[in-house]
Amino acid sequence: MEDLFNLFHGFAVIFSWYNLGMMAIGLILGVIVGVLPGLGGPNGVAILLPLTFTMNPTSAIVMLSCIYWGSLFAGAITSILFNIPGESHSVATTFDGYPLAQQGRAGEALTASFTGSFVGAFFSVVLITFLAPLVAKFALKFGPPEFFAVYFLSFASFIGTGRDPFKTMITLMIGFGLAQIGMDSVSGQLRLTFGSSELLRGIDFLIAVIGLFGLGEILLSMEEGLKFEGKEAKINVKVVWHTWKKLPQYWATLLRSSAIGAWMGITPGGATSASFMGYGIAKRFSKNSHKFGTGKLEGVLAPETAAHASGCAALLPMMALGIPGSATAAVLLGGLMIWGLQPGPLLFIEQKDFVWGLIASMYLSNIVGLIIVLTTVPLFAAILRIPFSIIAPVIVVVCAIGAYSVNNAMFNIWAMLVFGVIGYIFKKLDYPLAPLVLALVLGDRAEVAFRQAILGSQGAMSIFFSNMLVSGIMTFGLLMLFWPAITLGWSKIRGTEPPEGRKTD
Amino acid sequence: MEQKQTQDRPHSIWLTYYAIEAITAVIIFLVGLVMMLDGYRIGMGWAFDGPESGYFPFRTGAILCISSVVVFLRTLFGKHRNYNLFVSWDRFKRVLYVLIPAVFYVLFTQFIGMYVASAVFIGGFMRAMGKFSWLKIILISVSISAALFWMFEIQFKVSLPKGPLESLLGY
Amino acid sequence: MKKLIQKVSYAVLLLAAAAIVSAGAAPAYAAWEPTKPVEFIVPAGAGGASDQMARTIQGIIMKYNLMKQPVMILNKSGASGAEGAMDVKEATGNPHKLMVAFSLIYTLPIAQNLPLSWENFNPVAMIALDDFILWVHSDAPYKTAKDYASAIKAAPDGTFKMGGTGSKREDQIISAAFDKIVGKKIIYIPYKSGGEASTQLAGKHIDSNVNNPSENVAQWRAGAARALCVFSDKPMDYKKKITDTAWSDIPTCKAQGIDVQYQMLRAFFLPLGTTSEQAAFYADLLKQVVSKPEWKEYTENNALARHYATGDEFVDFLKKDMAKHVQLMTEAGFAAKK
Repeated sequence: MEDLFNLFHGFAVIFSWYNLGMMAIGLILGVIVGVLPGLGGPNGVAILLPLTFTMNPTSAIVMLSCIYWGSLFAGAITSILFNIPGESHSVATTFDGYPLAQQGRAGEALTASFTGSFVGAFFSVVLITFLAPLVAKFALKFGPPEFFAVYFLSFASFIGTGRDPFKTMITLMIGFGLAQIGMDSVSGQLRLTFGSSELLRGIDFLIAVIGLFGLGEILLSMEEGLKFEGKEAKINVKVVWHTWKKLPQYWATLLRSSAIGAWMGITPGGATSASFMGYGIAKRFSKNSHKFGTGKLEGVLAPETAAHASGCAALLPMMALGIPGSATAAVLLGGLMIWGLQPGPLLFIEQKDFVWGLIASMYLSNIVGLIIVLTTVPLFAAILRIPFSIIAPVIVVVCAIGAYSVNNAMFNIWAMLVFGVIGYIFKKLDYPLAPLVLALVLGDRAEVAFRQAILGSQGAMSIFFSNMLVSGIMTFGLLMLFWPAITLGWSKIRGTEPPEGRKTD
Repeated sequence: MEQKQTQDRPHSIWLTYYAIEAITAVIIFLVGLVMMLDGYRIGMGWAFDGPESGYFPFRTGAILCISSVVVFLRTLFGKHRNYNLFVSWDRFKRVLYVLIPAVFYVLFTQFIGMYVASAVFIGGFMRAMGKFSWLKIILISVSISAALFWMFEIQFKVSLPKGPLESLLGY
Repeated sequence: MKKLIQKVSYAVLLLAAAAIVSAGAAPAYAAWEPTKPVEFIVPAGAGGASDQMARTIQGIIMKYNLMKQPVMILNKSGASGAEGAMDVKEATGNPHKLMVAFSLIYTLPIAQNLPLSWENFNPVAMIALDDFILWVHSDAPYKTAKDYASAIKAAPDGTFKMGGTGSKREDQIISAAFDKIVGKKIIYIPYKSGGEASTQLAGKHIDSNVNNPSENVAQWRAGAARALCVFSDKPMDYKKKITDTAWSDIPTCKAQGIDVQYQMLRAFFLPLGTTSEQAAFYADLLKQVVSKPEWKEYTENNALARHYATGDEFVDFLKKDMAKHVQLMTEAGFAAKK
């Protein structure tokens, strides 16, 4: 009851023209940085941070957090239209979003992704509103073994359905290898750098993704004749309504992804891992799992819902514990300190206006954000009607800018070009690219968590089954890994036909 | 490149799937080998308190090597060797139409800055592929670059590679 | 294709010519000042202590309009900051790029043999010293550093876990020195950031950490962490009460029988090949920054010791500090084989 009272108080705080204006500015800016591959939530927030030094902290956090929501909504736009993820957490959205756009269903895909985002955000905000103190305590339970178990679960839920096990293995290992380049953060040793100062910083997965998916796609479409397929993207109120009518049947996916996202945001595993895990689990549990990757609405809903849920939930550990659940939350944390607020459990007691103003603004801004992105869909869909000879070089330019600005290095643009060629060849040879990206994103984190855990236990593997929480996640991960074998075995025992997914593979 | 072109043109074929597949497997094998060597150099064992730095790279490399050998053997000696064309020269030429200018674009970015290089790249592409009129080309390519400049340098203060033109303008 | 190259090369020639002409025509300045936006390279992640400090300084410069050109902040945190340091080092002669440095200018050359020692840069000024504190969870039975040390001594090797930021860096140096004095092996677990080490302590996944004041203050205030001692020669200056105690009430580790002293510099460097005039401009700029009330507030909130030094004084400090790191890191076995 007290939570509700606090929430109403929060609404009272933010309902001023000034704060609402800040909200709108933040959302629109967020959509812009979300669409541009070189810029993302962290950039947008960091750049505007100095402007907020003189503002009151509540208005400042409302505006800056709205940039974050805007970028979370909009990251999917380029993923779906051009196969170039505008944000790292929308990589998984390309898997089904782009095929949908190719089939001329870009409008549906965009509507689904935005709505999924909204559902995820709403889930997390409700969770924050009512369970904040409880949830913050839960996050503290996560040590290295638990983190490793979570990453293991991500891998397990994502892998195992590839057509060619050897090729899947190869791309997976290439991803791990790329993630290992640079400094090993556990021992401080340089690995796979071969004395090159350019390789010191490692290969950021965004560069690989921009090259493999963005440039690789341009090369493929050039080969197939100078056009993008699926140019007829009709989008209007009817399409939005039509898509919305379909969504309730995916309630299970939405709920699962929301829960995964909220969990990953709080622990904090990050929006990117959340999106992959959301996609993987949705695929595992779907009746149409073999059709994932060919343009399923579920495949767009699952990662987007998880990503946005995790982004919203990430603010909770940031405020309550001072641990940022994402890069953007890290920059916001810096802001908090500059405004003179000390993050930590006391923030909820000492700064009620600030905390509840922010939570109330999260409800409102996600509704406004959904309306803003939906009304701009026709604008983005119109991009598809631009002639290929203009859009193709522009995409190459955008890829180059995106690759450069990851760490302001020319080397990255060259690396991006190489990845483009690799992407082209691998796609033609039927090497699956998703495992590569997954391993590149989670590979080093999983390794670090594994080694931290083993350091703590002095070499004993039993640490991964040392308490209820970690054993639970590990067991669930193992279950996921052997799920295909389990379902096959089950149907053999029952003497029935194997389920749909297996038969057609 | 020139030589290959004259050689291949008569058959209008370039390379078959199985050849490319085998070459890719060999390259992956070499990558795996390099990873194993580097992993070995920095210690690939299991120390008393957990894996050493090279533990995972070494094993990653080893799996790459094994898998690539399987793919290589399967490609060359499998039942269904894929004699299909990987890509015909005509189609590959179109890929090069993007790839080669893109390489030059990146090269020139280092010297004349990203904005000028982008304008030239977009303009050149529009001319070569779309046969637009010069007026349209200049209008579109320059305004895209200018918009990017306004967005990144002025609004978001993100610094992209700049060349002599930008320093002339005081950036 | 050929046409395109031709066009480009014409453009290059034209632009190059124009650039030369304009450079020649530019008037000579009386005193040097930046002519382009100035980049602050932060060799650490966004949101960390270095980043926050750089952004605070950026805010102060903007608010008081201390410089005509804007400041841009770039985070280059790869390879424990080697990425950022390398970037500044390679910008030889560029007076519009500064590194916001911490102890990485000692640890990277010593531990990884990278050519990124302070001698590879043009020193501008140092503005603060960051302290390190030995923290334990507030539920732990140890009230003082002495208690904690004797608990470690009484237990077998490898019972206690110490958390910190990164590997073979300041946190592990302190941990190793502490280890040596106590005489029992303590497991050091490297985390990505001080924030992570702080929450891992709050979650009792480690027994102690050696975080900077700012990295652990939230947990301290919330009653989840206890400060045992500060690794410094004298207690800290700030007398404002944080909990029922103030920063100045924390005893030094030396007084508790653990003679480890370590403070980390916060300083600015230009690349080599820049002039002393250019360094003087920024040294003066920073002097103005540290005189503003916002800086006083920031240092107080983060318990950062104010310590401004430039010129010979700064270089002397760097020499002494480097020698100290060589000694500490060689003793701990972190120094790379040459």
